[in-house]
Amino acid sequence: MLKIIIWTIAVVTVLGLVLALVLFLVAKRFKVEEDPRIDEVEKAMPGANCGGCGFAGCRAFAEAAVKAPNLDNNYCPVGGNETMAKVAAILGYEVKEKAPMVAVVRCNGTCEARPRTNNYDGFASCKVKAALYSGDTGCSYGCLGCGDCVNACQFGALSMDPETGLPVVDQEKCTACGACVKACPKHIIEVRPKGPRGMREFVSCVNRDKGPVAKKACANACIGCGICAKTCTHEAIVIEGNVAYIDPAKCKLCRECEAMCPTGAIHGVNFPKPLDKEAIKERIKARQQKAKEEKKDE
Amino acid sequence: MSKNTFSIGGVHPHDSKISRGCAIEQLPLAPTVYLQLSQHIGAPAKPIVAVGDKVKVGQPIAEPGGFVSAFIHSSVSGTVKSIAPRPDLAGIPQMCIEIAVEGDEWAPGIDLSDTLVTAIPEDNKAIVEKIRLAGVVGLGGATFPTHVKLSPPPGSKCEMIIINGCECEPYLTSDFRVLMEKGEQVVVGAAILSQVMGGVPCTIAIEVNKPEAIAHMEEVIGKLGYKGISVMPMKMRYPQGSEKQLIDAVMHRQVGSGALPISVGAVVQNVGTALAVYDAVQKNKPLVDNTLSVTGECFPRQANLLVRVGTPIKYIIDYLGGVPEDAVKVISGGPMMGKAIANLEASTLKGTSAILFLTAKQTLRAPESGCIRCGKCADACPMGLEPFLLQRLARANDMEALEQNAAQDCIECGCCLYSCPAHIPLLDIIRQAKGAVLGAIRARAAAAKAAAEAK
Repeated sequence: MLKIIIWTIAVVTVLGLVLALVLFLVAKRFKVEEDPRIDEVEKAMPGANCGGCGFAGCRAFAEAAVKAPNLDNNYCPVGGNETMAKVAAILGYEVKEKAPMVAVVRCNGTCEARPRTNNYDGFASCKVKAALYSGDTGCSYGCLGCGDCVNACQFGALSMDPETGLPVVDQEKCTACGACVKACPKHIIEVRPKGPRGMREFVSCVNRDKGPVAKKACANACIGCGICAKTCTHEAIVIEGNVAYIDPAKCKLCRECEAMCPTGAIHGVNFPKPLDKEAIKERIKARQQKAKEEKKDE
Repeated sequence: MSKNTFSIGGVHPHDSKISRGCAIEQLPLAPTVYLQLSQHIGAPAKPIVAVGDKVKVGQPIAEPGGFVSAFIHSSVSGTVKSIAPRPDLAGIPQMCIEIAVEGDEWAPGIDLSDTLVTAIPEDNKAIVEKIRLAGVVGLGGATFPTHVKLSPPPGSKCEMIIINGCECEPYLTSDFRVLMEKGEQVVVGAAILSQVMGGVPCTIAIEVNKPEAIAHMEEVIGKLGYKGISVMPMKMRYPQGSEKQLIDAVMHRQVGSGALPISVGAVVQNVGTALAVYDAVQKNKPLVDNTLSVTGECFPRQANLLVRVGTPIKYIIDYLGGVPEDAVKVISGGPMMGKAIANLEASTLKGTSAILFLTAKQTLRAPESGCIRCGKCADACPMGLEPFLLQRLARANDMEALEQNAAQDCIECGCCLYSCPAHIPLLDIIRQAKGAVLGAIRARAAAAKAAAEAK
């Protein structure tokens, strides 16, 4: 009995030593030389592996960033400027600062505003639902409410509001990785600049139907009337396909469009004061009056 | 009992053909019809009328927008009111030509008499051209333009025409009524198709739950005396009426993945299509109406109606007494493959085969539970796929594996969903994945073509 035990221990030990030697030699002989900066860059990344940068994960991003001649095409939206500054320092590149971005939901068709025309009892997925039909309401462009965006978000920044039936973005948690934008079959989520102190103005509707059709389907729809575009003094608003779009680069956050919108489709968020519609309307009126008089004088 | 059926998969739901005794009625004309420009597979048609134009029944109002596309004819006489997007059966806006009905004046040259014309013209090219000009599309459901099917690519040879009278979907009875009441026309249509394809034999496949139709068609074939046309009784099994399954059942040949039936020498046409071919060739009558069943256990006024294309669904239902109170779902087509109608204001299409009412009890979806790997879905799949695997891959969004496991071959028959004891919405998930895989394949093909052209 003892003999067997001793023999076993001896054989396994010798085998272990031989194999360790083999492994050691192989590791030496076939060692892959890797740029050590890849590891450093990866360490500096947030490590979410969300794919928001366009690469498969943080490691893939790091590899691409090390290979690239500059950082113009590689930007981690999750880590933002802070992370990119670290990456740039490691690689010795220059990095252009980018304005922080955030996801906005471009649909405000709440349960009250958008009367139900159908009941869906199939698989709870927006993708599946969108492949079948236009949705539970008369609006064939709006939110389907099954929460594909919520499931896509890795940062817990999205949640469905049971009262409105629409997704809500938690702007503190949102990293603007764009996963929800890809997940939404109706393309109602847009990644926009966060704006100064979080203040931003956007059209919360993508309905391309003509005014009366859109209005019938949803009380909060953009009807493409163009009042906002006429009011805007910064040429920031374009009407295309019966729906308005505010260019964040041109918008000066004067909130005039928001005050003038007849359906309330334009939303302004994070402004310190609530919107005083009457005061703004007075202001616009006075300006227009002045312009008229000036024209007369000429 | 006949043993003729396809080799793998399939299910056998209760056939519920409760409207089988209802003779085909002509539906009175609706005050307005809406003709969708895209009611066939392929490119949408392009309108050739303007707002305000007066049109007659059978007058072309839209021309094909490509090779795989079809003419659309006015199904009524009246004035074109608008050409604008309008929500279709699924609620998605589609371009429609709106025509306000005034009287019922037919375009000249259309033979409206009941006389059966049995002499078939000799020029095959002229026949196909006539079918093309009449806007005939496959009425079995896929609405593939018929003239394209009858122009096989060079090198392929048709060996058999199969006239699909299986009607394997529960509830549907329109093909059955057409066989019973217009059997002669169907046989002449079949003879025309067989002559166009080079005098090949023609098999009319009918499931054995329609013994009257089998007997009637045999009698008609004997009476008319065309050579090479025969009736084949089929075992009841769903989805027998699917093109690839029917070819397997009748000819014992399998159509490969992504291949067309002509690759194994078969051309399949529906009973309704054979009738439309007869009308087009012998009577110069374009496809302006089709037979559809309006049925369901909760619907007291069962009917098989001859309906002009573009008639609003609501008008048809109101004519028959309105939506029954206990109906919760209105389906366009059969219960297995049909789609719930989201918008009753929408109009019928050339391929609309039925309006079916189902109650809450009939449509109840039991809560989904976990897959127990029983393999019933794989047994039921007539395409030999593994639905349990595909749905897992689809949920994981693994496009590569989906393609390797042939998600693109799914015919959306719903046998997997029907047989799943865990009530997993297999088809819902796979259908979406199939669309994505087909999109990826198409994108790859387009990219390869662009690369080849660049060279």
